[in-house]
Amino acid sequence: MTEHVVIVGGGTGGTVLANDLADRLKPEIAAGDVRVTLVNDDPDHVYKPVWLYVPFGQREPDDGRRPLSELVDDAIDLQIDRVSDIDTGSQQLQFSGSSTSVDYDYLVLATGSTLEPSHIPGLAEGGYNYYSESGATALREELLEFTEGELVLSVIGTPHMCPAAPLEFVFMADDWFRERGLRDDVDITYTYPVQRVHGNPHIAEWAQPIMDDRGINVETLFNAESVDPEAETITSMEGTDLDYDLLVTIPPHAGIDLIEEAGLGDDGWVDVDKHTLEAEAAENVYALGDTADTGVPNAGSVAHYQASVVGQRLASELRGRPPTATYDGKTLCFIETGLNAASFVEFDYESPPSPAPPSQKLHWSKLAYNESYWLTARGLL
Amino acid sequence: MTDIEPDATVDARGAACPGPLMDLIGKIRSAESGDVIRLLSDNDQSLTDVPEWTEEAGNELLAVDELDDYNAFYVEKA
Ligand SMILES: Cc1cc2nc3c(=O)[nH]c(=O)nc-3n(C[C@H](O)[C@H](O)[C@H](O)COP(=O)(O)OP(=O)(O)OC[C@H]3O[C@@H](n4cnc5c(N)ncnc54)[C@H](O)[C@@H]3O)c2cc1C
Repeated sequence: MTEHVVIVGGGTGGTVLANDLADRLKPEIAAGDVRVTLVNDDPDHVYKPVWLYVPFGQREPDDGRRPLSELVDDAIDLQIDRVSDIDTGSQQLQFSGSSTSVDYDYLVLATGSTLEPSHIPGLAEGGYNYYSESGATALREELLEFTEGELVLSVIGTPHMCPAAPLEFVFMADDWFRERGLRDDVDITYTYPVQRVHGNPHIAEWAQPIMDDRGINVETLFNAESVDPEAETITSMEGTDLDYDLLVTIPPHAGIDLIEEAGLGDDGWVDVDKHTLEAEAAENVYALGDTADTGVPNAGSVAHYQASVVGQRLASELRGRPPTATYDGKTLCFIETGLNAASFVEFDYESPPSPAPPSQKLHWSKLAYNESYWLTARGLL
Repeated sequence: MTDIEPDATVDARGAACPGPLMDLIGKIRSAESGDVIRLLSDNDQSLTDVPEWTEEAGNELLAVDELDDYNAFYVEKA
């Protein structure tokens, strides 16, 4: 009998896993003992880190798109469709595009994050973001017009994708306005929900003095409650009002509704064992990347490492051996500290991050990684 | 031990900071004025994070139960 592995989501985690399994399970797939299906709701694979550069005119959204069919090994069945129902009791999935259902023996959820601007009244009308393709291009138009006034970058809640990206944006904006001779006419304010500038105390301790040096205003303990697009103000639950001329936010994030409907976790994030990545509420279900609630950052590097762990565990299970591979919380992040310098952090469940001194070499390394990302997705790097 | 009956409980045990505080803030957002939310956290940072935030936001920290391996915070929404 053929064992069927279904991966839902062809972003970073799902694609790396599909290619990992194609390689790892080559003999079983060739013999027809195992079948692997990758389902994604878009024919393209999207590499989101490119969006950080779009508002500053340094990249185009298309630089972050490639057809999945070019990235995924031919041994994998690629299905372009949206999963519309997950039944973990009967081990079955349903799709929006067809009335057929499919049975799985193992399910891997790699459905990533969804932006939920509607959670904050006025946000969709009043705020820009670079966390979506359309958001990044709209912000680019707005930034080009923006030559003076108050720029507010507000982080609305955590978890959100790439915890470094809000810091990167204000550091890059600071440099960008300086290079264009506009910095004296532009005020930059950064808001963060807890009492420091970043969730991780070590990164916050490192970033705060850089912000002070660069004249970036900071408002901590600021949890946006509403935005008034007419009056151009953003108000926090703590009762602070900030005026803005240009509001850039990291909108509230959630996973996908189906996950909650399937009883796998709250807010669309799957409750998992943070070492094995197995879902807590169902058998034969794994989650990885942003959707797996492990407490580590929602980052592509995390999705990548987790894909390798799930690949090893699935191969063991399919071969009738006890799975032993575990995820140790490993996270790698390059952090742009301007247009020509970047830092780098590496940490895991046990060891805290210690950001490297910013350098041009690290900035080039981040750009080089962005270029070579396509080899990562193919499973080559 | 308090005998306060919470309207909702947020179990953030196992979450690293700022997870527990963010989970509490998320729940308070959708709560009604006067609702009491109980936050369970085993992260020591919550002992400072939660009182600081509740004061800043004008909510009231009614009680903190220090249990064996976690704390329970009772916060009333203003
Ligand atoms: C501006 C920005 C900058 C970033 N910079 C970095 C960085 O420098 N370094 C880093 O490591 N990370 C970075 N990230 C974060 C990184 O992009 C994400 O953490 C990563 O993409 C997560 O991978 P994933 O596989 O979990 O989800 P995704 O890559 O988001 O993929 C999820 C996929 O699932 C599909 N899907 C969702 N629901 C369904 C459904 N029901 N049916 C079928 N398909 C579905 C989606 O369409 C998508 O293709 C950044 C993110 C942003 C927004």
